[in-house]
Amino acid sequence: MIRHMLAASALALTVAACGNASDPKLNQTGANPDLPRINETLVPAMKISPPTGWNGETPTVPQGFTVTAFATDLKIPRQMLVLPNGDVLVAEGRGGNAPPMRPKDVIAGVIKKQGNTKIKGGNRITLLRDADNDGVPELRTVLVENLDAPYGMAYIDGSLYVAEQGALVRFAFQPGQTGIATSPETVTALPSRLNHHWTKSMALSADGTKLYVGIGSNSNIGERGLAVEEERAVVWEIDRATGARRTIATGIRNPTALAIEPTTGLVWSVVNERDELGPQLAPDYLTQVRDGAFYGWPYSYWGQNVDPRVMPQKPEMVASATRPDYALGSHVAALGLDFARDGGFGGAFSSGAFIGMHGSWNRQDPSGYKVVWTPFTSGRPAGPPIDFVTGFLKDGKARGRPVGVAFDPAKRVLLVADDLTNAVWRIAPAS
Amino acid sequence: MTRHGITGAVIRPLHGILLAFPIALFTFALFTDIAYLNTAEIQWTNFSAWLITGALVFGGVAGVFSIVDLVLSLRREGSRRAILHVFALALAWVLGLINAFKHSQDAWSSVGAFGLILSILCTILVMVAGWTAYADREIVR
Repeated sequence: MIRHMLAASALALTVAACGNASDPKLNQTGANPDLPRINETLVPAMKISPPTGWNGETPTVPQGFTVTAFATDLKIPRQMLVLPNGDVLVAEGRGGNAPPMRPKDVIAGVIKKQGNTKIKGGNRITLLRDADNDGVPELRTVLVENLDAPYGMAYIDGSLYVAEQGALVRFAFQPGQTGIATSPETVTALPSRLNHHWTKSMALSADGTKLYVGIGSNSNIGERGLAVEEERAVVWEIDRATGARRTIATGIRNPTALAIEPTTGLVWSVVNERDELGPQLAPDYLTQVRDGAFYGWPYSYWGQNVDPRVMPQKPEMVASATRPDYALGSHVAALGLDFARDGGFGGAFSSGAFIGMHGSWNRQDPSGYKVVWTPFTSGRPAGPPIDFVTGFLKDGKARGRPVGVAFDPAKRVLLVADDLTNAVWRIAPAS
Repeated sequence: MTRHGITGAVIRPLHGILLAFPIALFTFALFTDIAYLNTAEIQWTNFSAWLITGALVFGGVAGVFSIVDLVLSLRREGSRRAILHVFALALAWVLGLINAFKHSQDAWSSVGAFGLILSILCTILVMVAGWTAYADREIVR
């Protein structure tokens, strides 16, 4: 009897989980994405794309471009920084220290691990030098190690800033240097309790005086209690000279990459939205980080669409929520953002943003797993996103998962960090 | 020791101890669900999730005992009560499993009206299972 009941309940649960297929007719990108109704299921959709190798193949790039592996055998490469002399820094590592709160956290953790690399994070910054721009670095060296999950990086005036998962630190550094022996100085501590979303993204302001740091929420939707969300899901503006900080944006669930739009000097972010509301909710987005704006989390998504899971609800907060500028699609997990500068690649890729998408787990039809290009006109998104680097997913298996992207205007190359292949891909115009 | 001797000295007490877990844990999960719905304090629903999981683990083992007992006692008097016992425990277990998934949803969705109803049903059913397991035990022997 129990066996029959078990079989029946397992069937019912499977039906419950699969009963919400995506509607391919919905357009989930751009300024006005189609938003379906909330569709919570008893068992959240968990579609892990198991890792597989490239077997000599490479990602797919548009006609007129070539792609090569710029560096391999890295230890979970995340974000990159191109220095004024052309050297490339790669931050490697993995953070987070949130303990499981419920049986679900234990089980989901085991499942999600299947889609990630088995390599241990490097907790270091690797320097790559390809001065002759032939796509093969002449020099590869570990610039600094023993860091605590480094992610965002910025350089100006003899200072290399690194956003670790618990602190913003500064190293005395001159481009050309290939090692750092001096110990870092802490500019300011960053919120680090639990670190459910641990990545600390960073961008240097256009005038070079401020650092913007993105700090992700400590939960999907407040299921660890709202007390641990103090100064989470925010963007800080930190004064380089004094370390003083100001919260410029709130309710911005997980701002995983920040970059300065070159024509306006304004700061933009890609943001990962909440899970478990269905395969097509809520869209991850690209937005200008407006001073004083509240982007809804946890109370609402895509502006003022109420999330019923948050109690007590706050209608007055929902009413004040700002709608993001540009949707990227649901669950794509945008983790990389960089703008083309100085004419970019020319043609259709002159003015706009490259966006790295790590790829989904919370939908049966995988999304993301690519790098897209969003054209900009007069400092604003203008037109739908265009696939720029694809082929990370093949036959339901993940060959790679894009993270950070970096455009080097001097060499006219785009670099893409891939934390599954543990490589950096280099995309350049075919000569 | 005779078969009945072993049953009386070891199996029955062990079954009783195992059965005590789902009775207590499903009941307390109902209390912590009510506490969560009244306070929105997230720790209460965390408690519920673990209590329900514990009820499923121990209730599952107790259920195996119950089924074996039912099979062995089918030809004897009182087997109708044993059938009711197994049915109530099995239904509590299946509803408890659904409730465990319900409690894996995030924040308010982890309980809500549906989770509360499931917790009430699990509590009632596991009480019935406990009652039918022990009522008139001596006569059976």
